[in-house]
Amino acid sequence: MEFLVHVHNLSYQYDDGTKALDGVNFYLFPGETVALFGANGSGKTTFVSHLNGLLHGNGRVDVCGMRVGKDTLAAVRSKVGMVFQDSDEQLFMPTVLEDVAFGPLNLGMSRVDAIVKATWALTEVGMEHALDKAPYHLSAGEKKRVALAGVLAMSPEILVLDEPTTYLDPPGRRNLVELLQRLPQAKLIVTHDVQFALALASRAVFFENGKAIGDGPVEQIVRRFEWNVSYAMLPSGRG
Amino acid sequence: MHHVILERWSQRSSALHARDARAKIIALLGFLIALSTTPSAAQFRIAAYGAVAILAILIGRVPLFGLLLRAGVVLPFSLTFAIISWFMGDHMRAVALVEKTYLSAAAVLTVAGTTPLPALLKGFESLGAPRVLISVIQFLYRYLFVISEQAQHMRIAAACRAGLRKISRRNRFQAAAGALGVLFARSYHRADGIYRAMLARGYNGHIPVAAPARFGAMDAAFAVLALAAFAALRIAPY
Repeated sequence: MEFLVHVHNLSYQYDDGTKALDGVNFYLFPGETVALFGANGSGKTTFVSHLNGLLHGNGRVDVCGMRVGKDTLAAVRSKVGMVFQDSDEQLFMPTVLEDVAFGPLNLGMSRVDAIVKATWALTEVGMEHALDKAPYHLSAGEKKRVALAGVLAMSPEILVLDEPTTYLDPPGRRNLVELLQRLPQAKLIVTHDVQFALALASRAVFFENGKAIGDGPVEQIVRRFEWNVSYAMLPSGRG
Repeated sequence: MHHVILERWSQRSSALHARDARAKIIALLGFLIALSTTPSAAQFRIAAYGAVAILAILIGRVPLFGLLLRAGVVLPFSLTFAIISWFMGDHMRAVALVEKTYLSAAAVLTVAGTTPLPALLKGFESLGAPRVLISVIQFLYRYLFVISEQAQHMRIAAACRAGLRKISRRNRFQAAAGALGVLFARSYHRADGIYRAMLARGYNGHIPVAAPARFGAMDAAFAVLALAAFAALRIAPY
């Protein structure tokens, strides 16, 4: 089977000299869901920022058969839909409909087609009732859904979700899991939420100091790197 | 999150709310030009402009008292110049200055209170206002609440750590300056995040508009009638 994403020996250094990625290799198959684990600052977000050309490091990044570079940016960005951690940063247009239509219009769709596509995407995420609402009137869970709709409206083949459960309460997380399970796209999920990853991903990659040091089934990676939160060994706080 | 009251008013429905933003902007400009060029001595006409403004507020179903109260925000500025005119002996001009600025503010608030800001900005854009300026206002409005909420959180966090010790004014200023710096840095960081999110969805330097507003026959009739009424008031002999 062809890789949907293939990353070979990717390295990246920030302007201040911090080495954020160091020889990362990665692959993603169509329809696959992969979780990215690792401590804060381990390079997960920097890594996914390379997949649609927001950052350019040394090494090779191929997405849907295209090498990510200046010439392919527009095409790559239509294939990789990024849902950012802070939905407030993603929802910048005055109304929900206009925000979701932003991507399709940038892809060159006509206004009518863009509105049809945006309405479809909002229906997919269960937010069709909020077409004319201002994004700041939505709850955190609703904002996340609209942000996801904004990406779905571009018909991507890969969904990249950066810490999607941040700011979400348990029902919000459950709804998001159900929604993501329904979507057929390949998914790459940057998360600290092990339960969320277990519900969605079949494979996990573990990042440490800019290196992908573990790759395997989610349960195995969680066990190997002791990544599950357990308070059982700590003294009980109940009096 | 607390939003400005104008936005709440603009979400209501009335005959004025239903009009296209461009029609209201054109009518507003007509009103402001007619009012500002009316001679100071024409007090009957200025009173008529006041009646028009009150009628518009009532048609727009905006709280009359609330709007008139808020229009008073211009008074400190206009009163300053009015006092100068008064002491220079030009009493009529001093009175007219206060009346005209107050009525202008009431008219602007009426339009802003009956038109959601996104529609108002779209209206200004399609009437030829620079797109960059409109984008700046749009982003400012979108993130003003986010940043003010951050500022409130910081203020609460600071108050929680203040304890019982009485803080000197000098220390308070220092803390406020520090908080302002942090807020600026955060806003800068957020701007970077927004730009990245825009790039990720194919932004190429131009913000597309999905649903341009329609300027119907009723809107055209409204604008023409309003302009005719203001022109008639302007040239009236009283």
